[in-house]
This record gives sequence, structure tokens and C-alpha cells, in this order.
Amino acid sequence: MMVHYNEMFEGEAVREPYARLSEWVRTMPEDFRQMKQAEAEALFRRIGITFAVYGEGGDPDRLIPFDMMPRVFEQAEWRRLERGIKQRARALNAFLRDVYGRGEIIRAGRIPARLVYQNEAYEKAVAGFVPPRGVYSHIIGIDLVRTAKDEFFVLEDNCRTPSGVSYMLENREIMMRMFPQLFRKNHIEPVDQYPELLRRTLESVAPAKCQGRPTCVILTPGHFNSAYYEHSFLANLMGLELVEGADLFVDGEFVYMRTTQGPKRVDVIYRRIDDPFLDPLCFRPDSMLGVPGLMDVYRSGGVSICSAPGAGVADDKAIYTFVPEMIRFYLGEEPLLNNVRTWTLWKDDDYRYVMANLPDLVVKEVHGSGGYGMLVGPKAGKEEIETFRKKIEANPSNYIAQPTLALSTCPTFVEEGIAPRHVDLRPFCLCGDRIELVPGGLTRVALREGSLVVNSSQGGGVKDTWVLSE
Amino acid sequence: MLSRTASNLFWMGRHLERAETAARLLDVGQRITLLPNSDAGYRNEWNSLLQASGTSDLFLQKYGEITQENIEEFFFFDRENPSSVVSCVEKAREAGRIVRTALTSQVWDALNVTYQELRRIEKTPRDKLDTATLTDVTTGHTSTVRGAINATQLRNDGWHFIHIGFGLERADATARLLDVKYFVLLPRVEFVGSGLDTYQWMVILRALSAHRAFHWAYGGDITAGGVADFLILNGESPRSLITSLYETVWHLDGLARRYGDDVPATARDRAKLTLDALQERDIDAIFDEGLHEFLSWFIGEIAAVSNQVHQDYFLGGS
Repeated sequence: MMVHYNEMFEGEAVREPYARLSEWVRTMPEDFRQMKQAEAEALFRRIGITFAVYGEGGDPDRLIPFDMMPRVFEQAEWRRLERGIKQRARALNAFLRDVYGRGEIIRAGRIPARLVYQNEAYEKAVAGFVPPRGVYSHIIGIDLVRTAKDEFFVLEDNCRTPSGVSYMLENREIMMRMFPQLFRKNHIEPVDQYPELLRRTLESVAPAKCQGRPTCVILTPGHFNSAYYEHSFLANLMGLELVEGADLFVDGEFVYMRTTQGPKRVDVIYRRIDDPFLDPLCFRPDSMLGVPGLMDVYRSGGVSICSAPGAGVADDKAIYTFVPEMIRFYLGEEPLLNNVRTWTLWKDDDYRYVMANLPDLVVKEVHGSGGYGMLVGPKAGKEEIETFRKKIEANPSNYIAQPTLALSTCPTFVEEGIAPRHVDLRPFCLCGDRIELVPGGLTRVALREGSLVVNSSQGGGVKDTWVLSE
Repeated sequence: MLSRTASNLFWMGRHLERAETAARLLDVGQRITLLPNSDAGYRNEWNSLLQASGTSDLFLQKYGEITQENIEEFFFFDRENPSSVVSCVEKAREAGRIVRTALTSQVWDALNVTYQELRRIEKTPRDKLDTATLTDVTTGHTSTVRGAINATQLRNDGWHFIHIGFGLERADATARLLDVKYFVLLPRVEFVGSGLDTYQWMVILRALSAHRAFHWAYGGDITAGGVADFLILNGESPRSLITSLYETVWHLDGLARRYGDDVPATARDRAKLTLDALQERDIDAIFDEGLHEFLSWFIGEIAAVSNQVHQDYFLGGS
């Protein structure tokens, strides 16, 4: 039986950062809790924050369950995480600059050329072009899990357009509104500076041709997108226009938006659409979402695109295994955050090992997401394992495998009171002229007892994430 | 402001106004069903109201008979009827959702609650509903949205666009309703003093929620001249052509001042000319030139102004 670390306890005793919360829960009247839970749901519904996190699809009007019990980090714990996350962010951007430039890491034989240049996310169209400040991925969401007091693992990096930050902000708003006394007693680092930091990050990567204060916009696929709420939420908090492809057009060497006062030049585009839809002239000719000619302007330094087209090559599940190598290669440092041991099934040795140990492993599709198309060995029956084995045999290079991690738990409100449930964490790292991280992130929780899958499409919820100040 | 945002605000205004028009037509329609039938009688009134909303063919095709259930279904619930309350509120909410960042949370709340309320009513068995409730719910909620807009929105370009939408839609609706009934407003000897014409005028006033206001403004008997004057030239009447156009011009002027000389203001100029022309007329002159001709001219002007708004502001100069 696997032992799971409960973040609230040290042996039998409640850990210091949870002391006040534990008292709060203990003295909470039953009807108070139910009343507050209903209040929280009404608030979420009212502000209309009903979208699926991480592009999982599903009903866009579905409410993601909110757990009122916060997850708490001590200042020292957070500092360590912060250093590790920023280190990783720097390495990922260095990698992108390298593979769209001279490709030193490949020449040095540290990463196979095939995994980079034949990767679907590698954009040949931007090879040789260096975006402002050499930054390719401006918002990096790094998914972390914890297995012991001092052991964190990175599950995956998200260098394209990670979502969920609106939950981080709204969870906090709602907690502060419902339980102000908790915030008076505990000293909790604020997160609401995030939109301001994001705006500054975007402005800091304005193209060289930009004169005066840069005009930044958010580019959304439109209101049918499951994360539309987040797009409009961020636009509102930053005071930026939320544009669709049809609002933009290219004229000469610049991009303009159509406004009631005529064309207005746009300097920085925070895009929330995928590469293939950016520019029908450069990528998918059938795309209605993009802006014809955008890539030409981008390559001639007339506009910045965040994240840069092609940034996705750094967060591929196959590339993931090489991130520690990147940190050593570009930064000359040892990685502060661990990768999960990963077997890549296109290697013979790994393939043999994985096939012999399927009941103990987690197997994922290289391009899968949302907790679909994966096998959780220890939770699967014989039949399920055999079915999955056949899928792997048919196309081994489509899979990677990892050991089953003893995911940490956090106390969570359930029917019967409070009980441990598994959690993960997605902090959002901003990269512009500086690298910044607000103290917090999105904690997802698997609400079903024993479940390790935190995805909202499979019974996951969210929690406020606290970092205590000194 | 993004052209698309402006356009959505404009259409949000138009659709809210249109939803109200539908609710009022519903009210009038249900009153007509309470009256005795005759081939040339009251039920023809109903048909003319359908014509005013441009949906006569659709109604006849789909429902045929004028019954209370059919009228409720058509004017309130029917999504195939682009002018039904549900269709219009849905479109207004959709426009609002797209430009949510341009709306205050109070306005969005009011709009969203309106929509949720209609969805709830849709699920209610029809025999548990009555027409008065449907009308009241609609006008009550749209008034709340309007109130939230006036109480909380910044007095910026977006606010102007919403009101230009309200104003043009209202001017158009009143003019169309009058045009459909223009013949009953023409003073004709054989009708004067008969119960029929008075009732027809009442129907028009009621369809514009103006039957009480009329008495306050004019007192005494309802006359053709009085009704036409009230709905065309009376600056106190909130739905009259002159009031709707005056307010539209006020908002177009606001935009023109805000944007300065670099942005063309052909919509403002056109609307002002139309308003001037309206102010120079009196009701006798309008009857002399022909009510129908006058209304056709006016409806054409409103369409032209709407088109100019599009040209001036929604194309983004490309």
C-alpha cells in the first residue's frame, strides 16, 4: 500500500502553516459550512466563471466545484518552488532560442534532432527569427505534484497558452469575500497583482518598431471557446481590448485593429489561439480565426506575439524528459525541481521494461491531455491493462510511461466533514524583461476518494492556494 | 473602441428594444382575441400588427389561426420568429456576452438574469402561464437592464452606441406600426364617430404603451389627428418619432464631439437633417402630403442613418 503525504500533518501533529485553519474547521458549525458552500457556488455562477480548465472541453456552462479549504505553503517552501520554477522557465526559453537558432544542444548530442525538428509543434516558419528579448514563452504554466514534505515533481510544462489563472484570482476573491477573518489571522501573500504583472510583461516585449507606449491586445478564438471567460476576465483587469481575428488586419508592415475611430496599430498580441490558426497565409488556409499576413509582420519585427509561434516545441511530452538536461546545458546549474522518471516507449529498453511492468505504471499518450487516453496501472483491472497493451503494441512511439507517484493530499471538505484528497499545483510564471511569479497558483483537487485524477472533466475541483508571508 | 464591440453594443440596444416591442404586441394581440370575431373586424387588426413586425407570412404559415396560445407561442417563445421576445433577448444577451468587458457587472447581471428568467419560463407548462405575466416579465426585466445601463455605464462611446441602437429601433418600430395603420388615421367622413375607428386608434396607442399617456397629454376624445400628432411630433411622448430621433441625434452628436474631426460623422449629419425636416412639419402638413408617403420617407431615413452608423464606425477604416 502506497503511503500518501498529507500536507496538513507532520506525523500526528498538525503542521504550523495549517494550525489556524485546523482550528477554524474544528470550531465551524455544520450549518455555517453548508451556507457558505452555497454562497460560494452562487458567487461563481453569478460572475459566470464556468469554463473547463486546461482545454478539457465539455459543457462550457458547467461549474467547477470549489473547495473552501485552502491549500497552504510556508514562505520557505514557496521560495524553493519559486527558484525551481523560474530556473525551469529560463531554461525552456533558452532552449527555444537555441532550437530556432544554431541548435547547439542538438549539435552537442544532448537532444536527438528528430524530436525537435520533426516535432509537429516546431515551426519552420520562424526559424532564424529572434523575438524581442529572446523570449518565446511569456506565460509558462508548470504542473507540479508533491510526494513528500520536500519532494516536488514537475508533471509537465505548458509553454503555449496555459489557462486557469482566472481561477487562481477568483478563488482568492471569493475566499476573501466570504472569510475575511481568516485573512486577518493568517498572513497571506496577495496574488491580485497578477494582471498588472502580465500587462507589464507584455509591454516589455514590444517590438523594436513600436513607438511610445505599446498597445497590447488579447486575441481570442471567440465566445464559443471554453476559456472565453478567462480571456475577457484578463482583458478587463488589464484594460486591454479583447480582439478576434476579424478585428485585426495587416496593412504594410504593421497590424491594426478596427476601431470606431479608424485603424489603430497593435504592438503586442497575447494570443489565446493555437499556432495553426494564427495566419491562414502561413499555416492553415482554412482557418477563419486568424489574421492573414500576421506572420510576415511578426517576422519583420512589426508586432510581438505571446507566446511566440513555435513555443510549443518546448512543452511536448517527449521533450519534457530533456528539461533537466537543458538546465545543465544552458544555465550550468543542477535542476532544483525533479522530473518524473519517464520511459519513452520508442526506445527498446524502455519498451521492454514498461510492457513487463504495466500494472505498476501510468502510461500516457504523447499528445494527450485532460486525463483521457491514459492508463493508471495500479487502479486498472486485468482486462483494461490487456486492452491498453494492444494499443501500445500498435503504436509504441505514441506513448510514455511514468511510475505511479504517491501524490500528496490536502484536507478537503466532503459529505462527512473533512478528508484528505489528492492535489496538484499549477503556478504561472511570467517571462519578459524580468521573470516573475506571483506567490500562489491553481490547486486542483481530485474530489473522489482515492482518485488521482484532478481534471475537472473527471470529478476534479479547485482550491485557493495560500503562501504565508514570513 | 473596437468596431466589433461598438457594433455589438448597438445591436444589443436594438434587440432589447425589439424584445419590448414584441411583448407589447403580445399584449395587444391577446386583447384582440377577447373581442367578438368578424371577417372585417377586430381580427384584421391583429393581422395588421403582424404586418408591422414584418412577420405576418411566417405566422400564417406556421399557425394559421389567431388564438391566444398561438400568439403567445409566436410572439414570446418562437425561436423561428426573429422578432419574438426569446429570440431578441437571446441575441441581446449574446451580443452582451461577446462584449462583456464593455458592460458593467450590473448591466451584465440584469441581462443574464433576464435570459435565465425566460429560460425558466420556457420550461413552465404553458397552461400555467398567462399573457399578462409574460408581458410584465419582459418589460420588467428589460427596464431593469435599461436602468442598470443608465445608472452604471460610463458615459463613453459605448453608452452612446447602446442608445443609438435603442433610438433607431424605437423610431423604426413606431413608424412601421403607424404605417400599417395609416389608413385608419386618415380622417374619413364615414368612420368618424363610429365605434370602430376609436377602437382601432386605441389599439395603436396600446401597442405603443401610450393609451394613458395620450389622455394626460391631450385630454378629451381620441381623434386621428391627436393620435398621429402624439406618435409623430409630440416631444413629450417617449416613443414618438421626434423623441426617438431627437435622442438618437443627441447620442450621435456625443460621439462626433468625442471623436473629433478625424472621424466622419455622416450618420449624425443625416439624422440632424431628418430631425430638422421633422421639426418643420405640423400634423396637417403631414396629412396633406400623405401619411403613408411621409412614413415611407421616414423609415427610409432611419435605415439610411443606421447604414451610415455602420459606415462611420463599424468598419474600422479599412
